[in-house]
Amino acid sequence: MLAAEPHTDPQGSRTERLAGSQPEIGLDSLTKRFGDVVAVDDVSLAIGAGEFFSLLGPSGCGKTTTLRMIGGFDLPTSGRIELRGRDVTLDPPDKRPVNMVFQSYALFPHLDVAGNIAFGLKRRGVDGAEIRRRTGEILEKVRLPGYERRRTHELSGGQQQRIALARALVNEPHVLLLDEPLGALDLKLRKNLQLELKRIQKDVGITFVYVTHDQEEALTMSDRIAVMSHGRIEQVGTPEDLYDRPRTPFVADFIGTTNLLSGTVVEVRDGTAIIKLDSGDTCAAGAHECVPGRQVQLSVRPESIRLDRADGTGAGRPTEAAAGLRGAIEQVAYLGSAVQYHVRTEGGQAVSVLASRNGPRFEPGDDVVLAWSPTDALVLGDRPAELEESA
Amino acid sequence: MTEAVAQPDGAVRSTGQRGDRLATGFLVLPGVIWLAILFLAPLVIIGVISVGSLDASGRVTLANPSLANYLEALNPEFLPALGRSLYYAGVTTVLSLGIGYPVAYWISRYGGRRKILLLVLVMLPFWTSYLIRTYAWMIILRDNGVVNSLLRSVGLIDDPIRILNTDISVILGMTYGFLPFAILPLFVSIDRLDFSLVQAARDLYASGRGAFLHVTLPLTMPGIVAAGLLTFIPALGDYVTPDILGGAETTTIANIVQVIFTSGRDWPYGSALGFLLMAVTIAGTLLALRSLRREVVGAPA
Ligand SMILES: Nc1ncnc2c1ncn2[C@@H]1O[C@H](COP(=O)(O)OP(=O)(O)OP(=O)(O)O)[C@@H](O)[C@H]1O
Ligand SMILES: [Mg+2]
Repeated sequence: MLAAEPHTDPQGSRTERLAGSQPEIGLDSLTKRFGDVVAVDDVSLAIGAGEFFSLLGPSGCGKTTTLRMIGGFDLPTSGRIELRGRDVTLDPPDKRPVNMVFQSYALFPHLDVAGNIAFGLKRRGVDGAEIRRRTGEILEKVRLPGYERRRTHELSGGQQQRIALARALVNEPHVLLLDEPLGALDLKLRKNLQLELKRIQKDVGITFVYVTHDQEEALTMSDRIAVMSHGRIEQVGTPEDLYDRPRTPFVADFIGTTNLLSGTVVEVRDGTAIIKLDSGDTCAAGAHECVPGRQVQLSVRPESIRLDRADGTGAGRPTEAAAGLRGAIEQVAYLGSAVQYHVRTEGGQAVSVLASRNGPRFEPGDDVVLAWSPTDALVLGDRPAELEESA
Repeated sequence: MTEAVAQPDGAVRSTGQRGDRLATGFLVLPGVIWLAILFLAPLVIIGVISVGSLDASGRVTLANPSLANYLEALNPEFLPALGRSLYYAGVTTVLSLGIGYPVAYWISRYGGRRKILLLVLVMLPFWTSYLIRTYAWMIILRDNGVVNSLLRSVGLIDDPIRILNTDISVILGMTYGFLPFAILPLFVSIDRLDFSLVQAARDLYASGRGAFLHVTLPLTMPGIVAAGLLTFIPALGDYVTPDILGGAETTTIANIVQVIFTSGRDWPYGSALGFLLMAVTIAGTLLALRSLRREVVGAPA
C-alpha cells in the first residue's frame, strides 16, 4: 500500500518549498466551540498550492468542522483563515474561491446532471455557450460523457459521486474541499475512485483538502496528511513521515497498527537504549531522546518483529540478547499473504507480530523469542491517556 | 472503472410480487370503504338530485330528469358572486402561503426539540368550533368591538372604522381559519428538504436569496401547491365566514348555494349549482397538479 504511492520528491522538500512561497490555505490558531464542546482546538496549518492534503482522524475529532470553516459554513470561534493571503475568515461561502464536495453529494434533485453542473457557472453569469462547453469538458474529465440529460436519481452511487465532483470542479476553484466523498460507497468502488480522484487532482492541479477517517485511504492518496485527535493536530507530514516517524503514540497507533509498549530507560549505550518495560521484560530501542530513568512509550510495528524458537533451532540464528523478549504464542491468524501471531511475553505484555507466510510456522503454545532491530523500536513521548479512543 | 453498481431498490421493485399486491389491496380496503360511504355516496345523491325537479308540493321528484337545472345555474346573475368567491379564496390563499411559509420554515429550522409543540400550537384553534371562533372575530372587529375601542382609547381615531361586513373582515376571517391548513403541508415539505442542498447552493456562488429561489423554493413546491389547494378549495366553498363576518356586499357563490338549499328549498337547483362549482374546482386542481409535475419532475415525491 505504501509502495504504491510514488514519492519522487526527496523527503520533506515539499514542506520546505511551501515555507518559502505563499500557502494556498493558511489556518491560524483556528478554534471552534459548540457550547461546551471544543470541536476544533487551536489548529494552525499551511497547505500549499496543488497539494493533495488530508485531514485524518477518528470520528468526532473535528475534521468536518475544520473543513466547514474553510468552506464558510461554520464561523470559527477564534482564529484566522486565509486563502492565497486574503483573509476570508468571515466571508460567506459564495464569496470564497473554494468549492465543496459534500459527503451526501447534495446533488439538486430538481435539476438534471447538466443543470447541477451549470449551477455555479450560472450564478456567476457565465454565458450559455460557455456553460455547455465547460459542462461537456468536465464530464469527459470525470469519465461520464453524454450524461447531461440524466436525472440525478438515475445515477449509481459512484456516478453521483463523480457528478458532485464535476459540479465543484467546473468552477475552477482554487481549493476543493472533500468531506469523506467515498464514505457511502462499497470497498471495491472506493478503491477505484481513490485512484480516479488522485488522477483528476493531478490533471486539474487544484489543491484538494480531503477529510477521511480511513488511514489507508489517506496514505494512498495524500501528499501530506494532518492527523487530528480531539480537535487538535497531532502531526503533519507525508505518508512515510507518519508511518516511519510518528511523533506521538496516537499517530503511531492510528497510522497502520503498532505495538505500544511503555517502560523506563535503564541505560543508553552506542545509540541503543535498554528499556525495562512495565511488564518486567527488557528490550532494546533506538536511543533517540533517551536518558536513563525516563518514562517512555515504544512503538514497534508488527512486521518489524522477528520470531525465533526459544531453543534456537527454528531460524538457526543466534538472537541478539539485548533485543530479545521471551514469550509464548497465544493465537495464530492467517491473513492470506501473512500470518499474524499474538504473543504473550514472560512479563505478560501482549505483542502482535506479522510474519511472512513463507517463514517458519509456529503453533499456539510454542515458546518463542521476539527480536527487533533497535532502530525499529521508536521512542515516543509518554502520553498513554490519548490512546483510549483509537483502541 | 466499475459501472455496475447495484441499484439498491431497483431490482426489488421490478420483481414486485403478486402476494404483495394482494396484501396492499387488502390494506387499502378500509380506506376505500370509508371514502365510498362518506365521500362518494353524498356526491352521488347530490348528482342524482341535481337532474331532478320539484313537484307541485315542493318535494324533490325524479319524474322527468333533465339538465334544466344546470342551464339555469349558468345564470350570469351569479357571476359577481362567483367572482367574489374566487377573489376571497385567491387572496386568502396568497396570504396563507405568505404567512404560512415563513412560519413553517421557522418551525422546521429553528424549532429544534419544540417542533411538535409548535405544530400543536398551530393546530390549537381547531379545538374550538370554527363557528365560535368566527363569532369571536365579530366581537373583535365590530364597530364597538375590541379593535375600534383600542384605537379610540389611544386616540388614533374618533369615529369607529368599519371593518366588519367588508371584504377585509371576510378575508381576515378566512385567512385565520385556513392558515393551519397551509402551514402543515408547508412544514412537511420544508422539514424534508435536505439542508445540505441549500449549503451546496451557497457553496456554488448563490447568494442567500439565490439559494432560496433556485433550490429551496422549487424543492418545496409540492408543499406550496398542496398548501395552496388545501386553502383555496375550502375557502372557495366557505359560506360561514362571509355569512357571519360579511354583509350584503360580500355574498359568495357558496352563500347562494346555501340560500337555495335552505330558505329557497330548491334542492335540485342548489345541487346543480354546487356541482358546477365543484367542476370548476376540480379543473383548477388538476391544472395546478399538472404544472407541479412539470416543475419538479424527478424530485422525490
Ligand atoms: N453543529 C454542532 N453542534 C454541536 N456540536 C457539534 C456540531 N457539529 C459538530 N459538533 C461536535 O464537534 C465535534 C467534532 O465534530 P466533527 O463533525 O467535526 O467530527 P468529524 O471529525 O468530522 O467526525 P466524523 O468522522 O464522525 O464525521 C464532535 O464532538 C461533534 O459532536
Ligand atoms: Mg465528519
